[in-house]
Amino acid sequence: MAAGQHKDGVAAGRLSSAQIKHNFDDLHPPLDHHEALVESDRCYFCYDAPCMTACPTSIDIPMFIREISTGNPLGAAKTIFDQNILGGMCARVCPTETLCEEVCVRETAEGKPVQIGRLQRYATDVAMAKKKQFYKRAKNSGKKVAVVGAGPAGLAAAHRLAMNGHAVTVFEAKKKPGGLNEFGIAAYKSVDGFAQAEVDYVTAIGGIDIKYGKALGKDIQLADLAGKHDAVFLGMGLAGVNALGAPGDKSEGVRDAVDFISELRQAKDLTKLPIGRRVVVIGGGMTAIDAAVQSKLLGAEEVTIAYRRGQEDMNASEFEQDLATANGVVIRHWVQPKKIVAKGGKVTGIELEYTASKGGKLTGTGETVTIAADQVFSAIGQQFIAQTVNGNAETLVLAGGRIKVNDEGKTSMKNVWAGGDCVKDGREDLTVAAVAAGRDAADSINRALASNGRA
Amino acid sequence: MADIRNNFVGIKSPNPFWLASAPPTDKAYNVERAFKAGWGGVVWKTLGEEGPPVVNVNGPRYGAIWGADRRLLGLNNIELITDRDLYVNLREMKQVKMNWPDRALIASIMVPCEENAWKAILPLVEETGADGIELNFGCPHGMSERGMGSAVGQVPEYIEMVVRWCKQYTRMPVITKLTPNITDIRRPARAAHAGGTDAVSLINTINSITSVNLDNFSPEPSIDGKGSHGGYCGPAVKPIALNMVAEIARDPETAGLPISGIGGVTTWRDAAEFLALGAGNVQVCTAAMTYGFKIVQEMISGLSNWMDAKGHRSLDDIIGRATPNVTDWKFLNLNYIAKAHIDQDACIKCGRCHIACEDTSHQAITAFVDGKRHFEVMEDECVGCNLCVNVCPVDNCITMVPLKAGALDKRTGQKVQKTYANWTTHPNNPSAKQAAE
Repeated sequence: MAAGQHKDGVAAGRLSSAQIKHNFDDLHPPLDHHEALVESDRCYFCYDAPCMTACPTSIDIPMFIREISTGNPLGAAKTIFDQNILGGMCARVCPTETLCEEVCVRETAEGKPVQIGRLQRYATDVAMAKKKQFYKRAKNSGKKVAVVGAGPAGLAAAHRLAMNGHAVTVFEAKKKPGGLNEFGIAAYKSVDGFAQAEVDYVTAIGGIDIKYGKALGKDIQLADLAGKHDAVFLGMGLAGVNALGAPGDKSEGVRDAVDFISELRQAKDLTKLPIGRRVVVIGGGMTAIDAAVQSKLLGAEEVTIAYRRGQEDMNASEFEQDLATANGVVIRHWVQPKKIVAKGGKVTGIELEYTASKGGKLTGTGETVTIAADQVFSAIGQQFIAQTVNGNAETLVLAGGRIKVNDEGKTSMKNVWAGGDCVKDGREDLTVAAVAAGRDAADSINRALASNGRA
Repeated sequence: MADIRNNFVGIKSPNPFWLASAPPTDKAYNVERAFKAGWGGVVWKTLGEEGPPVVNVNGPRYGAIWGADRRLLGLNNIELITDRDLYVNLREMKQVKMNWPDRALIASIMVPCEENAWKAILPLVEETGADGIELNFGCPHGMSERGMGSAVGQVPEYIEMVVRWCKQYTRMPVITKLTPNITDIRRPARAAHAGGTDAVSLINTINSITSVNLDNFSPEPSIDGKGSHGGYCGPAVKPIALNMVAEIARDPETAGLPISGIGGVTTWRDAAEFLALGAGNVQVCTAAMTYGFKIVQEMISGLSNWMDAKGHRSLDDIIGRATPNVTDWKFLNLNYIAKAHIDQDACIKCGRCHIACEDTSHQAITAFVDGKRHFEVMEDECVGCNLCVNVCPVDNCITMVPLKAGALDKRTGQKVQKTYANWTTHPNNPSAKQAAE
């Protein structure tokens, strides 16, 4: 094992396949039946439960937990799916420590919240293993709806629309559905091809046709979609990544973290995936953590996260930060990239400048430090590419660089709704928030189609 | 250091913890282990008359109910009296008593309601050196169908008759074990007393079906798809047992009659409660069957430490101390007014007090104050019922605070009286004695 880890540069096979398998195992293994009963008994069935309020999809958490505790996991699963058809994935990837579990009264009482996420996984796993479909499609409405993007927002919208009897066509740019669930989440959070299994479960309701390799602005155009469908839902997320913008960022070994994670998620054999001996990740969000931890799990000897502000400013939750440090990742705060150091076009290190916050404004102090690196991953945020929706027809109004929508997810265009990361709304950029946005937009579309025939 | 030695109707044991007549006391092997673990006494598993022993079912004898982590809350059984030969039992009893002279050894007996049957077995038992006998008038299953056990315990005249025979044919102290499967526990206790019993022990187990199998619709425990009511015991029955002990302890007809308290004793605290309500000692079964014999060590140290902390020197200092405080509802002080108080620092905001009060009681607890989730008692609505205290998951978060005399009860608008007044003199009571004008 040591020999592989000490190989210089970027190399595959740093760890044995057994070690890799162990490293990328389920982060939170599923609860067994008895564990689920014991854990569900910890729930106090609160009145006006804070967890439910904190859930972006407003799942009736006390009710589903009570259903688990009474040996009724199918009832629990339906309670979850009623609000969140992607409840299975959300159970795995939600930052519960900053949502439902943060406000659990058990957290207040004893610092140990009810493990809501794991209980949700228990219930949804039971239903999905039984291939239990809770919803039947309504009578064919004769309406056609286009959904752009087969990620969390698009899938949630498609399911709700299909349920209401509309014919849904999903246009997906990639060759596979799932969006960030499939390409953007750390492998140990969604093992055994769960993202694909969930898409199959969601689309099993019928009436949802997914067309792959159809990128908006390239293979299909918004104006066409809007013309040929009664309504359109845009849920294509953020296709662009922010550039590092430091001298030398074109050197070999500098890479976007999103691409790295996507490649890792799609890799058939992780022992064949090259990783640097020394890896530096720039950023402070979930993507930075996912890239850093997975680098470590692939066998990188040294992994450093460099973040330009303090620990309390990081977008990654405390749990995620702890996960990184527990896996041996070093997190350095108050440093920003100044220059990529390269030799022969290949990265050998990164020069970081110390920063300070003066009157709320971040400035470099001038002092620098250089750390060795074979690979530098940039995880400094993603952006919406407006050209995909604009340019050939009526212009969608943007806000803050993303699509502007009203409270119901409706855009400035007559029969176009949008939701998820591509939208500027009050919601966080989370899977669960995208599900809520897709679901709510679908309800809005349904109301519009029902009231005036064509939205 | 508190003295927890026990003297129950002249039977001495180093502590007041006896094992009840049940599976754990069926043979020398178990009883030896119990005494090694520290039990003060055992009531040997019930002996039947000479002849072919009874047979038990060959499938499940026990059913149970559990809490979420499989914590056993209640157990029931359909096991009969000992299914071993009478003389094997007698021989073992004699040997064990010789080996453990400082421990109490009581013989539980169940033979038909015929004078000769009792007359025949008593000398055999006496010969073992047993310290006393317990008459099993309690078991509600199996044997009761043959006119024994609770079939006797449910007929006070039979109890009195059999007790008389026993007092006539043996010098050993007689403890009469009562069944709770009756409407008024005082009646069998009075009958036993009239017959001259030295003590009563209670409760035996309660008729029960623990659950129903929803796949094949068989009651549990299931024998080939059928079930029979069994005797219920364990923590779940303790409140019923406590009340029955108190009823006998405070009945003028049986006042002073020694009581061996049985029913869900699981910890030293349970034992102390039985003693306080008038039991002279306690008998334990389900707790031992759940956790093994070692639990008696926790009971001994817990009881001793509590007694030390409270300055009680011997068991006589605590036995019956709560009995005078058990009274009839009509004598409860209606001028005692308490209001729930929520400690906001301890409150974890689960809202259970609110919804319990709002949906099912007196609408006396807020859910929101100034737009925030906040649970506060509205004293002008609170009747002091204590439901919020009972549903609150946090110990001591909600407490009942009595209003001082002279304070205003915001619910009634009346000042709290310092005098005691009860239903017997209340103006709303049609049979209240009118005060002289």
